[in-house]
Amino acid sequence: MGEKQLIYRGSEWNFETLRRAHDAIEEIALGELGLDVYRNQIEVITSEQMLDAYASVGMPLMYSHWSFGKQFAREELLYRKGAQSLAYELVINSDPCVSYVMEENTMTMQALVIAHAAFGHNHFFKNNHLFQQWTRAERVLDELSYGKRFIAECERRYGLAAVEGILDSAHALMSQGVSRYAGRRPSSPHEALIKARVREQHRESTYNDLWRTLPVTHREEDTDPSAATETSNDNPSLPEENLLKFLAEHAPKLKDWQREILQVVRNLAQYFYPQRQTKLMNEGCATFTHYEIMHRLYDSGQVNEGAMLEFVQMHSAVVRQPDFDSPRFGGINPYALGFAMMRDIQRICENPDDEDKDWFPSIAGNGKPLETLRDAWAEYRDESFVLQFLSPRLIREMRLFSVCDPAEAPYVSVEAIHDEAGYRSIRRKLAEQYDLSKREPEIEVTEADLKGNRRLVLTHRVRDGRLLGKEDCNRTLRHIANLWGYRVRLLEVDADSGTTINEYDVVAMP
Amino acid sequence: MHVIDRRRNPTAKSLGNRQRFVRRVKSHIRESVKKAIQHRKVSDLGGGEEVTISSGDISEPSFNLDRKAGRRDYVLPGNHGYQRGDRIRKPDGGGRGRGKDGSADGDGEDAFVFTLTREEFLDLFFEDLELPNLAKKKLKTIASKAMYRAGYANDGSPQRLNKRETMRRSLARRLTLRRPKTEELEALEAQLAKAIEEEDEDAIARLRPLIDAMKSRMRSVPYLDEVDLRFNRFEQLPKPSTQAVMFCLMDTSASMTEPLKDLAKRFYMLLHLFLIRHYRSVDIVFIRHTYTAQEVDEDTFFHGRETGGTVVSSALIEMLRIVEQRYPADDWNIYAAQASDGHNFDHDMSATMSLLDQKILPLCQYYAYIEVGDEQILTESVLWEGYSILADIHPHFARAHVYDPADIYPVFHNLFTSSRQAS
Repeated sequence: MGEKQLIYRGSEWNFETLRRAHDAIEEIALGELGLDVYRNQIEVITSEQMLDAYASVGMPLMYSHWSFGKQFAREELLYRKGAQSLAYELVINSDPCVSYVMEENTMTMQALVIAHAAFGHNHFFKNNHLFQQWTRAERVLDELSYGKRFIAECERRYGLAAVEGILDSAHALMSQGVSRYAGRRPSSPHEALIKARVREQHRESTYNDLWRTLPVTHREEDTDPSAATETSNDNPSLPEENLLKFLAEHAPKLKDWQREILQVVRNLAQYFYPQRQTKLMNEGCATFTHYEIMHRLYDSGQVNEGAMLEFVQMHSAVVRQPDFDSPRFGGINPYALGFAMMRDIQRICENPDDEDKDWFPSIAGNGKPLETLRDAWAEYRDESFVLQFLSPRLIREMRLFSVCDPAEAPYVSVEAIHDEAGYRSIRRKLAEQYDLSKREPEIEVTEADLKGNRRLVLTHRVRDGRLLGKEDCNRTLRHIANLWGYRVRLLEVDADSGTTINEYDVVAMP
Repeated sequence: MHVIDRRRNPTAKSLGNRQRFVRRVKSHIRESVKKAIQHRKVSDLGGGEEVTISSGDISEPSFNLDRKAGRRDYVLPGNHGYQRGDRIRKPDGGGRGRGKDGSADGDGEDAFVFTLTREEFLDLFFEDLELPNLAKKKLKTIASKAMYRAGYANDGSPQRLNKRETMRRSLARRLTLRRPKTEELEALEAQLAKAIEEEDEDAIARLRPLIDAMKSRMRSVPYLDEVDLRFNRFEQLPKPSTQAVMFCLMDTSASMTEPLKDLAKRFYMLLHLFLIRHYRSVDIVFIRHTYTAQEVDEDTFFHGRETGGTVVSSALIEMLRIVEQRYPADDWNIYAAQASDGHNFDHDMSATMSLLDQKILPLCQYYAYIEVGDEQILTESVLWEGYSILADIHPHFARAHVYDPADIYPVFHNLFTSSRQAS
């Protein structure tokens, strides 16, 4: 075809070519692919700044904590020794959607990154139901900057060590800091800050030194009811799966600022929750988008053969899936599987064979691949997406097989392979692999005595004999005990039989 | 769409995180600092240091599933020919699943390595250390003057010409006085050349005076004028400083074997680093002695070889001579550190003792004696025994044994622990 002008030549980029590439990509993304995105903000950064971003879990604004320093030291070492290269881009789920691109990238890489992050990920963030339900893109940056300021303020007021202790404990519970069922919308950080201030002021204004002079016996009578009114909800609804939330709201000994820090960390955990459930789809969507866009740019003569060759090379590196016995194997590559599944859906919609018509009667041959994909991007998460769309053909192509691995046996046994009898089993097993609730330990607060001996009991529902790692469990429990302030027990109960397999008991050690 | 160039943003955003991390692993860093003193060559003690921390100590715990318990099902890619019911042996026979399956959340006890910068290393190295009893003696009136930048001057010596400031003024003057640019002149001359070629008389007549006027304007408004020149200006200001001198006395006699000398040198190396880092204005005098003493430079002190008998008083006499000559005790804080294996000729002991007791110790703010030895010997050495009496009388006389490179840092630390810390 070649009816349009080349948007760039060679590998050097400048702000002009960046803008031209963005505009050309936007035209395709919105016009031809029908994507729907947040406003874009593209920020050019250096490799050092990229390392900085890595160290603070990919966030542009982050409070200070030693673990990020450790992360930075690790990443930097790996990078300097050449053991690891940096990502070409980083994208924040916010409105406007911020994509970081590195200055070292060639122009083709920049175009790829813009298509991948600023349109692929961006569309996914804006449209996937998990993100819509769990995160509020327009508030993400506000929340982060609130957390950063609040924690810095606490460090000034209460000392580095005190804040560090709380953050350590909160970080240990981050994966238990998520509510899986969306409740009331949390109030905005600004409002939270105002509320916290008002509470503080109220306490300060009503403080009367005279009370201190009352005889001790009086005070003991006094404390109980006052403590009960202080915790807003003295009858927590149990069981509660969100440990951070529970401790922030009910731990008897915590001060207000400590509760607030737990809330800050909890918000962070909640921000990552949709991302952890949609890694495969998110990367698949972005990879599919950049692949379509780059090809369309090439077909309309806006990039040349050289750029296309460079693109194909990068793209194939991204979607490579090493075999299970290869030394490079590190699990299933979400880019590879996500991209392959989406290309497969496109094929099923356009030229299905008989098998596809059997397996996917609702979409086979509907002739609307983009619409079908946009629908999938909006409505599914990794687990349900695999369960719904993994086709027998792809199972054959990737030669997927499922194994059973009992820890005590010296071998793993093959349960299903890519044959008629195995397709459904492989599909179900792979979907389960993406199910967070099955992949991560299921721990709940089951008992909390807020008035008597103040004992806290957690229960881990054990599936298939998968127990908690002992050492880490003890250390994590110590963190919980320190937050709670009293004795904490954890029971490991078999999910099927209901028998208690293991028991931990930890006391607070300030 | 916005494109924002963040490359100029302040870097080292995570500096705060690093500081917190370093604080957190300080105990490990101290360990490696101690090791560094043992294993490093004397000459490169001052560099950065790679610190190894077992990852267990800085791991962040969380609830995770034990990889050695229970049953797992998973899907793998790239089947080569396995059929249902086939059994595949696990790679290492252990509880690990397959290949590198578990490496991401691994139970690895790998050591965590990171590199301290030279600054961080030395900061920790000498944390809480200071010279004891540093009193403000008379300020030295001569020599201690420092040059400070003090803006710009209209004249000065050529090497102080500030090119940036000069060109700034030149540019401003040329713009305001409308000096024609060279390119403009060249363009006109090109037109003229073309006109001559085409024999366009009108154009020639028009261009010639224009060019002449331009040239004369360029002459009258020079590119660089004397009024443009700016020079860096410096001022000399007296710099108040507390003056201190450290005498390093080392026994290099035959009884000091190479390992012992190495121990002593390591100690002085540490002292040297400490002084040049914390007390820039401290003078250091190196004296080595056998039966005679001699002042030497740093290099000879640390790397020279000579042997002979032992007369400790010779070094003390040399020190006194230098003090009288160059470091009057009224003006200077005087420190001394003596290292020896404890041997001395018997007939010299009385001289040594009286020199120390009556002359040297009254002069000094602090006197440290380090005895190096191969191993713990129960009998006390001649010097150690003799010095016991001095240690009782003079509170600013301290002594310590060093048997092993590992002792050096703790001993050094004890000798120079800051008084704030001690009290």
